[in-house]
Amino acid sequence: MEPKERQLLSGNEAVALAALHMGVALGTGYPGTPSTEILERFSSIGGKAQWAPNEKVALEVGVGTAWANARALVTMKHVGVNVAADPFFTMAYTGVKGGLVLVSADDPGMASSQNEQDNRRYAKAAGLVMLEPADAQESYDMTRLAFELSEEYAIPVILRMTTRVCHSKAIIHAGLPAIPEREAHFDRDATRYVMVPGYARPAHRRLRDKLKRIGQYSEGAPINFAVPGDKSLGIVTSGVCYLHVREAFPEASVFKVGMSYPLPIEKIREFAGSVDRCLVVEEGDPCLVESLRTEGILCEGKDEMYRFGELNVPRIRRIVARDTSPEAPAAKGKPPQLCQGCPHRMAFSVLKKYDCIIMGDIGCYTLSVMAPFESMDSCLCMGASITAGLGMRHALPDAEARRVVSILGDSTFMHSGLTGLAEMVYNPPKTGHIVIILDNGTTAMTGMQEHPGTGRTLDHQATGKIVFEEVARAMGVTNVVVTEGPPDFDKAVREALSKEELTLIIMRRVCRLAETKIAAYELAAGRCQ
Amino acid sequence: MNNKNVPTNIVLAGLGGQGVIRAANILAEAAFIAGCDVKQSEIHGMSQRGGSVSSDVRFGECVLSPMVPTGQADYLMVLHPTQVENNLYQLKEGGVLLSTRNLIGEGGDMTVLDIDDTPLTSRNFNVGLIGLLSTHLSFSDDVWHEAVRRHLPKKVHEENIAAFAYGKTLVK
Ligand SMILES: Cc1ncc(C[n+]2csc(CCOP(=O)(O)OP(=O)(O)O)c2C)c(N)n1
Ligand code: SF4
Repeated sequence: MEPKERQLLSGNEAVALAALHMGVALGTGYPGTPSTEILERFSSIGGKAQWAPNEKVALEVGVGTAWANARALVTMKHVGVNVAADPFFTMAYTGVKGGLVLVSADDPGMASSQNEQDNRRYAKAAGLVMLEPADAQESYDMTRLAFELSEEYAIPVILRMTTRVCHSKAIIHAGLPAIPEREAHFDRDATRYVMVPGYARPAHRRLRDKLKRIGQYSEGAPINFAVPGDKSLGIVTSGVCYLHVREAFPEASVFKVGMSYPLPIEKIREFAGSVDRCLVVEEGDPCLVESLRTEGILCEGKDEMYRFGELNVPRIRRIVARDTSPEAPAAKGKPPQLCQGCPHRMAFSVLKKYDCIIMGDIGCYTLSVMAPFESMDSCLCMGASITAGLGMRHALPDAEARRVVSILGDSTFMHSGLTGLAEMVYNPPKTGHIVIILDNGTTAMTGMQEHPGTGRTLDHQATGKIVFEEVARAMGVTNVVVTEGPPDFDKAVREALSKEELTLIIMRRVCRLAETKIAAYELAAGRCQ
Repeated sequence: MNNKNVPTNIVLAGLGGQGVIRAANILAEAAFIAGCDVKQSEIHGMSQRGGSVSSDVRFGECVLSPMVPTGQADYLMVLHPTQVENNLYQLKEGGVLLSTRNLIGEGGDMTVLDIDDTPLTSRNFNVGLIGLLSTHLSFSDDVWHEAVRRHLPKKVHEENIAAFAYGKTLVK
């Protein structure tokens, strides 16, 4: 790779390239829009990348790699961080040896997510460093910087991206590779890595000391900078909003926050004092404005109506004008639908016919909430179909309880369905329960990624395979049925509804869109389907 | 094209599976090869299932925001007849609408494209419209062809270059 070569890359591709240039030993994560392409790209340009069954697993694998003095990149969408929150908080105490960078891809506006949580709050809550790129060039530069800071301060660093940054392409100039010259090895140190209270108490103090030092670094860091301009309006902003702001108000003074935790408070205080009106323009929650006010910096925030959705040039003009009149409703596009020939279709027709109460989950099949099926009754978070279904079975009168079924996809089952099955076997409702896995052989929703149930690695090579029916039987589910076509499936559901038994029905039929590819992978792996 | 400090703004829209993003990639690549600053942005995620898809492409001397500001598109290129209405708000006053109508005529039916005596099929229709768009922009054919080649597999290069050329002939 020529240095300073001009390239047109998305934010995600830029992160992957930077990871390669930094000699990342392992990239791991769980698919989730808008983060998915980072690991796929990293793998295709020669990095070692793998999908984990879920985000908690991915983060822990990454932590282990970093404890072993090697660099790790962990990627997930914003809600993935909730799943990984347990190691997330305590890894701030243990710290790392090799660099550990966690990409949290937030989705303001919910282009393809179930909520629009703002993960800037996580950095502050756990005490982890957070960098926020605005475009592909910054995604590249900040990924590199994140690894450097992570090693210098022995702390994991969060790269907080958003859909617009992940999926927007721009021109970047990459640097030269900086592969660390060192061996992976483990230095035993229980006071650092064993978080019993006696070691965790000093670790917490160490963390706060570190954050103080990083706060000092933040004050002088070039990624936090002021763009001088007209003094009548000063805007403090971060991420992609910086670009919208520069376009909307080219004359204004602007302060760009590149490190959103710890913040360069004194530098911002100085900026705020130098302008007549200091306005904070941020997408999502009022995190930045709250932090500045806590520090006694006088500044104005946006109106509550701009908490929702993405910001853009016209909306930022409105914020500056303090315009709170109703905005034009978003143009109504055509919502996505299950593909023609999608195997999920039949399953929902059957469940509808039997008037089931359908505790659903997240995947392509969630689209069954739309016409013509209109048959999904809940979708909370990955894995909740099984467990929320069990809760309902416990509470509802028997006749109604018997109609409750839980339905989820194969990737979702691997992600967080196994503990649900354990709960079902351990605390069975008195009417029994029915769990249905729609096993289409792929993680279709996010673009056909592999998972442990497909028996193929991220780059589609044969590997160990988890067989759902065997796992369920071993766990103590007494009625396990595998079906492949409509008549079998209909019969299995009908029979299960008339029994009061713990039942798992696996509906196994390959995703229509992935069919050809999967057949080719299996052929290459020397396995026939 | 616009004057130097204002970027050219183009919005491409259609349904998932039609090649909207691919067309946007080709357009952005052409601007890139021609030496412009360029940004391309899209929202995708669940697009395989036939829902609305759109992508913004901006190029010029210096492009800041990756999104075309609402109502500021110089060109709106729509690949599916049902998607014109809901995207018209993107077009600025005096902006140019390029749609299926331009390539297959009023009331034209996308599904019968293959039997028409043109090089267009529903697979390369996106590149056909890019051909038409190219007549409004100042990039050379070499640039466009290279952009097409970079974003499509080798075995369909010829077919797509032909679709591009056909699109160019339809200037009204
Ligand atoms: C915690 C979390 N991680 C990731 C996602 C993104 N996501 C939503 S559904 C899904 C998997 C869908 O796969 P599967 O269950 O096999 O269903 P399919 O789409 O194949 O029908 C993923 C990765 C999410 N919503 N939440
Ligand atoms: S991508 Fe596959 S699983 Fe998703 S709707 Fe289409 S056929 Fe069904």
